[in-house]
Amino acid sequence: MAGDATKALSNDVLWGGGRSPFSISYGKMMMWFFLVSDALTFSGLLVAYGFVRHSTTEAWPIGEEVFRALPFLHGDYPLIYVALMTAILIFSSVTMVLAVEAGHRMDKGGVIKWLFATVLGGAFFVGSQAWEWSHFIHGGGGYMTTPTGETYWVHNDEHDTHTPTAHASFHLVKAVPGHYLKGEEGAPHLNREESLAIWDKRVSYVDGANMTRNEYGPPQYANFFFFITGFHGFHVFSGVIINLIVLLMAVRGVFHRRGHYEMVEKAGLYWHFVDLVWVFVFTFFYLL
Amino acid sequence: MERDDIIEYSLDAHHSEEEGRKIRRKIWLVTLLLAVVTTVEVTLGAYWKDWFDMSAWNSIKWTYVVLTLVKATYIVMTFMHLGDERRNIRAIILLPYALFILYLIFIAIWESQYVHYLWKTYL
Repeated sequence: MAGDATKALSNDVLWGGGRSPFSISYGKMMMWFFLVSDALTFSGLLVAYGFVRHSTTEAWPIGEEVFRALPFLHGDYPLIYVALMTAILIFSSVTMVLAVEAGHRMDKGGVIKWLFATVLGGAFFVGSQAWEWSHFIHGGGGYMTTPTGETYWVHNDEHDTHTPTAHASFHLVKAVPGHYLKGEEGAPHLNREESLAIWDKRVSYVDGANMTRNEYGPPQYANFFFFITGFHGFHVFSGVIINLIVLLMAVRGVFHRRGHYEMVEKAGLYWHFVDLVWVFVFTFFYLL
Repeated sequence: MERDDIIEYSLDAHHSEEEGRKIRRKIWLVTLLLAVVTTVEVTLGAYWKDWFDMSAWNSIKWTYVVLTLVKATYIVMTFMHLGDERRNIRAIILLPYALFILYLIFIAIWESQYVHYLWKTYL
């Protein structure tokens, strides 16, 4: 960026009063201060997740084993949907920075075009998040435990967790003790009659996820999933609303009359921050 | 009411068509870099077990952390324009944050090791 921010000025001039020592406007500085405090909150959440995961003595689920579904498709796609969401959020960050660049040239049409693309990307991300939550809550089949403490994975082709035995494809697979989501190495898929006999003697059946128990791992796993992605999703949601308001103001020519598009830049800072947080959530919640 | 005692710093950010072309080129280059890094991360996450044995997990973990920090640096410095600001505002934003969080990470890892040991021993 040109202008005052790159000008060499002595400390006497910078800190002598009558000007911003940082050569930025009040609004932009306050947005940065807000983002620092928000970043501390998100870091606190991720560090708490790390603390629980590091101190637990139970098996902890792995992202690529939990998140392996795509909407409208059957089959195995480890982390593909999360990667797609990440790509969309990063791309909407790119369209945002292009909107800011257009604003610096007072190009009203460019600002509107790129801001609209940003709003679209953000809305798509929030929608994807909703689908992922729904899929996470409903689960893929669940597991049951026998009176002797063995666990079995419950399967049916319809992924029905309410009446799993109602389907012809219902069967059980013996699970690795202490390991969620995994069938024992070479464990046979039991046939329907054997499965039903074991199923009738079940002492518990855990399907999907809620705040007290889930089929993926310890209760804290789902709790952190809900809290971290929920808190981030709320940020994305409010970012979409803010961008929409700024877009409407740009369309009405408010910023053009004002002589600069700094409001786009400030909304952009928030939007990039949301993307930045997701980069860390993606790594520390889904990949590690 | 117009005030003439306020310096309009927002106007400093204006640039010409020609500078804009250079800036857009940089934006697209950074986009390409972020896309490549994300693709590498996902591919590694999905297929590392087919390529390496379990002992490689530790180095893969650290690769993730480094790649994430690379992405974060490009987002903050280029997309958020922090690299274009004065050095004093850069320091005021980054240093206190780094100080708190490095300490928090250190203390959380340290304590969690002890809690893990307690649960394993007495539970």
